[in-house]
Amino acid sequence: MTSQQVIFIILAVITLASGLVVVTNRNLFHAALAMMLSFFGVAGFYVLLEAPFLAASQLLVYIGAISILIIFAIMMTRRLMSTDESPFNSQWIAALFGTLLIGGLIIFVIVSVFSPFGDIIIANSAPPSLAVQESTVLLGRSFVDPDQYVIPFEIASVLLLGALVGSIAIARPEKES
Amino acid sequence: MTLGQIALRALIAGFIMSLVVITGFAYTTLLERRLLARLQARIGPNRAGYIPLPRKGKRERRLLGGIMQPAADAVKLFFKEDATPAMVDRVVYNLAPMLTVIPAILILAVIPWAGPILGYEEYFAIAPGIDVGILFILAITSIGVYGVVLAGWGSNSKYAILGGIRASAQMISYELSLALVILAPVMLAGSMNLNDIVVAQEGGWYVLFLPVAAIVFIIGVFAELQRAPFDLLEAEQELSSGYNVEYGGMRFGMFFMAEYMKMISFSAIAAVLFFGGYRGPFVDQFPALGLLYMFIKIVIGLIIMIWVRASLPRLRYDQLMGFGWKVLLPIAVLNFLITAVIIVLASEGIIAFPI
Amino acid sequence: MIPLSWYLIVSALLFSIGLFGLLARRNAVAMLMAVELMLNAVNINLVAFWRYQTPEAPAGLAWAVFVLTIAAAEAAVGLALIISVYRRRDSVIAEELDTLKF
Repeated sequence: MTSQQVIFIILAVITLASGLVVVTNRNLFHAALAMMLSFFGVAGFYVLLEAPFLAASQLLVYIGAISILIIFAIMMTRRLMSTDESPFNSQWIAALFGTLLIGGLIIFVIVSVFSPFGDIIIANSAPPSLAVQESTVLLGRSFVDPDQYVIPFEIASVLLLGALVGSIAIARPEKES
Repeated sequence: MTLGQIALRALIAGFIMSLVVITGFAYTTLLERRLLARLQARIGPNRAGYIPLPRKGKRERRLLGGIMQPAADAVKLFFKEDATPAMVDRVVYNLAPMLTVIPAILILAVIPWAGPILGYEEYFAIAPGIDVGILFILAITSIGVYGVVLAGWGSNSKYAILGGIRASAQMISYELSLALVILAPVMLAGSMNLNDIVVAQEGGWYVLFLPVAAIVFIIGVFAELQRAPFDLLEAEQELSSGYNVEYGGMRFGMFFMAEYMKMISFSAIAAVLFFGGYRGPFVDQFPALGLLYMFIKIVIGLIIMIWVRASLPRLRYDQLMGFGWKVLLPIAVLNFLITAVIIVLASEGIIAFPI
Repeated sequence: MIPLSWYLIVSALLFSIGLFGLLARRNAVAMLMAVELMLNAVNINLVAFWRYQTPEAPAGLAWAVFVLTIAAAEAAVGLALIISVYRRRDSVIAEELDTLKF
C-alpha cells in the first residue's frame, strides 16, 4: 500500500463518516459542521487528483460560501430546531431501502466493470502523467475558447446573476401596508 | 526530491515559520500598545523587562522598557481559570477558537518570504509548489469566518451572537471587493503564483500601476481583520467585545492570537501583491536579503494599521455595510474592468503601457 | 497508485448517503445539505474520469466548475425560499408544507 492509498483511505473515511453525520444528526448545526468536514474531504480528493484549482474553488465556494449560507439559514430558523424528535420523516424506511438498492446497483456496476484493486484492468490503476501546472491552464483556456465552453461559461454567469436577483426578491420581507 | 522529503521539508519550514510568526504576534501586540500610547500622548507598558544602563550619579537608564510584556501577558492568559459557561454547545464552543487560529496559520503556507535560499530552487515558502496561491489565500480567508460564527452561536449569549452575525456579514461583504481587486495584480502578472507576481514587479511595484486596487485592498483588509475603523463587531462599548465575550483564558488568547497573526500575514500579502514582495536592492546577489526586505515591509504595514486605528473613529453598522456594497464593490468592479481592457489594448499594441 | 474504481466507489457511497438524506430528512435545510452532498459526489466522479481517462481535454474539470456554480446558485435560491416559507408558515418541515395555496 502506497502513501497515496493511505491518504485516500483516510480522506474517504472522513468524507463518508461526516456525510453520515450530516444525514442522521438531530442537531442541524452539528450536521452543517459535519457537512463542512465532508467538503474538506472532497477537496482532499481533488488535490490527490491533481486539480489544485478545483480544490481551492471547493474551499472557497462550498466551505466559504455555501456552508456559511446554510449555517445562517439554520440560525435564522432556529426556533424550530428541537433536538428531541426524530430527524426523519415517515417514509424513511422506504427511503433506506431505495437508497441501498440504488447504491448497491451503482457499486455492482463499478465492481463488474473495474476491479477495485486494479488487477484485471491494469491500465486503469495508475493515471496518465500530467504536468503540474497543466490542469489549471487547460481549464482556463477552455473557458474562453469559442470551440469549447465559452457559451456555458457565459450562461453560468447569467445564471448566477439571476440567482442573486431572485434570491433577494424572494427573501425580501413584504412591505406591510 | 521524493514526496516524503518534500513533505518533511514543508513540515520543518512550516514549524519554524509558525514559531517566527507567533513570536512576531507577541511583539506586534507590544508594538501596538506602545505606538498607540505614543499617538495618544501616553507612555504605554514600559515596566515588564528592560535593559539597565547604569549612569554615574543618577538613576540608571532603562532601555527597551516593556520588552518582556508579551511574556507577562502570555503567562497571565495561561494561568487564568478557563471557565466554560453552563449552557453552551460544547462541541461548537471548543471548536471555534481552533477554527480561528488554524486558518490564520495556514495562510502563511503560500507566502514567498525570500528568493532561492536554503536549498529552495525558486523561492522560499513553506509550500512552494502551490500554483494557485491567490485562490488558496482567498479560500483560507473565507474559512476564517467560521471561527466568528461558531463562537457567536456556541456561546449561547445574545451579545456573542449579535457580534458573530455582525462580524460574519461584514467579512463576507468585504471579501467580495477584496477578491475582485486581487484579480488586478493576477491579470498583470499573468499568474496566480505569488512568486510570479513578485518577480513580475521587477519593472515597478504594482502600487504604481494599480493605485486604486491597492487602496481598495488595504481598506478591505482592515474590514477583513475587523480592525479600526471597522472594528464594530467587537465594539467594546456596545457589545462588550462581541463574539468572544464568553471566552476566557487561553481560549480568548487564541482569538487574540489569530487576529494579530492575520495582521502579519495580510501585511505580507499586501507587500507581495503591491509592494514588490521580497525584492529590493542587491537581492539578486544576496537572496537572504529578501527576508530583511520582507520584514521591513511587514513592519511598515503593521505600523500603518496601528496608525489608522489611532486616527479614525468607528463607523456605524449601516455606514459600514453601505460603504462595502455601494462604494467599495463598484470601485473594485470598475477597476477590474478597466485593468482588463488596458491589458488587452497593450497586448494588442494599440496603446503603449509598460507591463 | 490509486485505481479509478476507488474514487467511483467513494463517490457512489457519498451519493447514496446524500440520496438517503434527501428522501428521509424532515427539515428542508437538511434536505438541501443532502443535495449538496450528492452534487459533491458527482463532482468527484467528473474529476476522477477527467484525470484517468481524458487528461488532455478538460471536459470533466470544466463541468465540475459548472456544477460548483449551479450548487452556489441553488443554495442561494433554495435558502431564500426556505426563509420565505419560514416567515409565512413558521415551519421548515417539508411534510407540513402540503397546501398549494396560502
